[in-house]
Amino acid sequence: MSSQTLTRALVAPNARPTAPRHRSTAKRLVYGIPYWVFTTALAVIFLYPLIWTGVSSVSPMAGTSQTDGWGFGNYAALGDYQAGIWVYLWNTLFLALLTVVLTLTISLLGGYAFARFRFPGKNALFLLVLAILMVPYATLLIPLYVILNAVGLQNSLVGVALVVTMFQLPFSMFMMRISFESVPRELDEAALVDGCSSWGALWRVMLPAVKPGMITVGLFAFLTAWNDFFAPLILINDTNRMTLPLAVANLRGQVQGVVDYGATEAGVVVLALPCIVLFLILQRHYVRGFMSGAFKG
Amino acid sequence: MTTTIAPPRRRHRTRSGLGGPLQGWLYAAPTAVFVALLFIVPLVVVFQMSASDWPLLGGNRGVNLPDNYVDAVGHRLFWDSIRFTLLYTVITTVILIALGLGLALLVQESTRWKGFLRTAFLVPSALGLASASLLFYVLYSPIAGPFADLMNSWGITFLGSPSGALWSTIFLIVWRYAGFYMLLMLVGLQGIPDDVYEAARIDGASRWQTFRDVTVPLLRPTFALTTIMCVTGSLLAFEQFYILTKGGPDNSTLTVVQLIYNVAFQGQNSLGIAGAISVLVLAALIIINIFQLRAFRRPEES
Repeated sequence: MSSQTLTRALVAPNARPTAPRHRSTAKRLVYGIPYWVFTTALAVIFLYPLIWTGVSSVSPMAGTSQTDGWGFGNYAALGDYQAGIWVYLWNTLFLALLTVVLTLTISLLGGYAFARFRFPGKNALFLLVLAILMVPYATLLIPLYVILNAVGLQNSLVGVALVVTMFQLPFSMFMMRISFESVPRELDEAALVDGCSSWGALWRVMLPAVKPGMITVGLFAFLTAWNDFFAPLILINDTNRMTLPLAVANLRGQVQGVVDYGATEAGVVVLALPCIVLFLILQRHYVRGFMSGAFKG
Repeated sequence: MTTTIAPPRRRHRTRSGLGGPLQGWLYAAPTAVFVALLFIVPLVVVFQMSASDWPLLGGNRGVNLPDNYVDAVGHRLFWDSIRFTLLYTVITTVILIALGLGLALLVQESTRWKGFLRTAFLVPSALGLASASLLFYVLYSPIAGPFADLMNSWGITFLGSPSGALWSTIFLIVWRYAGFYMLLMLVGLQGIPDDVYEAARIDGASRWQTFRDVTVPLLRPTFALTTIMCVTGSLLAFEQFYILTKGGPDNSTLTVVQLIYNVAFQGQNSLGIAGAISVLVLAALIIINIFQLRAFRRPEES
C-alpha cells in the first residue's frame, strides 16, 4: 500500500477508490467523436497554410510564373531574380554557419568559465549577458549600424553574424552553463588528477558530456540566423549580399505594383523546408528539452 | 560511493583545482568582449544619439538635447503608434495565452493521436517570422490566394481596411505562436503534482471546479512567464507588419518599432529622433516588465 493510498484512506475514508475509470466503448465513442472532430479541424487549420503553399508553388495559378501545367516555373523565376537564388542561399548558409560557430565557441568557453571557475566580476558579467534579453532588438540595431559602419563591417555578412550571435548569447550561455553544471565535478577532477590542464579537461572530458547542450544551442543559433530578417534589413544594402528572407520579401517591390506571388511562394518553401525538416528530426529532443525543465519558471 | 550524501558543496578554488581567477577570465574573455563591444557600446551610443543632431548620412553634428525628445513625442504618428501597439499587444496576449492553455489541455495525455496533434500545432513555430509573414502575404492575396475568388465576389480584402489588417496579422501571429505557447503550458501542467488532482476528485470537485480552483492557480508561474514573453514580444512587433501591411492602410497598423525604423531610414533619416524614441521605448519596457514581475509575485509574498 503506497503512502498516498494510506493518506487517502485516513483523510477521506468514504471516498471511492481512484482506480482509472474504465469507460464503456459506447461511452468512449460519445465523448470521443466530438473531441476527434474538433481536434481534426484544428489540425487542418494549422497545417493548411503550409500544405497549400507547398502544393500551389508547383501548380498553375493566376498571378504567378507558373501559369499552365504543374512544374517548377515559380522556382525558376525565383532563381532568375536579381543575383539569383543560389547567391542568396549561399549568403544565408554562410551567415547561419558563421553564427553557429561563433555562438558555440563563445558559449562553450563562457559556459565553462561560469560553471567551473571563480573570478572577480563573474556574476556581473552573467547578469549583463541576461540583460541583453531586456533590451529590444530595434533599439540596439540602429547604434550597431553606426558602429559597424565605423569599423568597416557594415554591409557585411560577418557584421550580421556578430550581431545575431550577440542576441543569441542569453539563451546559449544559460543553456551551456546548465549543461556544464549538470556534469558531475568528479569527472573533471579525475582528469586533473591524471595531469590534464583545465583546457585538456574541457577538451577531452567535458566536451562529450555537454554535447546535447551544444546541439540545442547550435540548432537555435542556426534557425535564428537562417530566419533573421531585421538585422540584414538594416545592416545589408548591397543586393549581392542580401540573405534569403530579405530577397524573398523584396520580390514584392521588384516591379511597381506587380507582385510575383509564385516566386514568393517558392521562396517561402525554400526558406521553410530546412526548418521544418530539422524540426521534425529533432522535435523529440526539442520537446523533451523543454519538458525536462530547463524552462520551468 | 553510496555514502557520499555530500555536505553542500562550496566552490572553493582549491577544491575545483582548475586554476586561478586568471584562467576563469581567459575562458570568459570572448563573452566579455562580445558583451562590451556589441551590447554596452551600442547602448551608450543610443543614448548619445538621442541627445545629438545626427542625420543618417553625415555623422554626429553635436548636442541637440531637448529637441530630439520634443520632436519624438511631438511626431504626428508617435501617440497613434503607441495606441496601436498597446491594442495589438493586449489582443495577442489574451488570445495566445488562452489558446495555448486550451490546446495544452486538449493534447495533455500522451496517446499517439495526441502526439500527432501536438506536432501539427507546433510545426508552424519552426518557421521564421518573416517566412510565415510572407506565406500569409500570398495567402491573403486577392490574386493568387486560395480565397481570391471568394474575396473578389464578396468584395472582401484582408489587408485593405484597418481592422482587417489588424485581425489578419493577429491570425498569422496566433497561427505561428500558438503551438509554442501550448508547449510552455504543457511544461507548466506537467509541474502540477497528480495528488492535488486526486484530492480534488475526492472532494467531489467537478471538472470545471478542478480547472478553476486547482489548475489555474497552480499555473501561476507559467502564466507569469508566458505573459511577460508575449507582452515583450508584441510590444516590439515589426516583421509581421513590415511584410504584411508596411504600417498601412493609412498608418493604421504602424507599430512603435516600425516608427523607429521609418524615422531612421525612411524619409526623415534622423538617427537622433529615432534614438530618442528608442530610449523612451527602452524605459517603458523596463517599467512594464518590473510592473509585471510585481503583479505576478504579490500573492505569494502576502
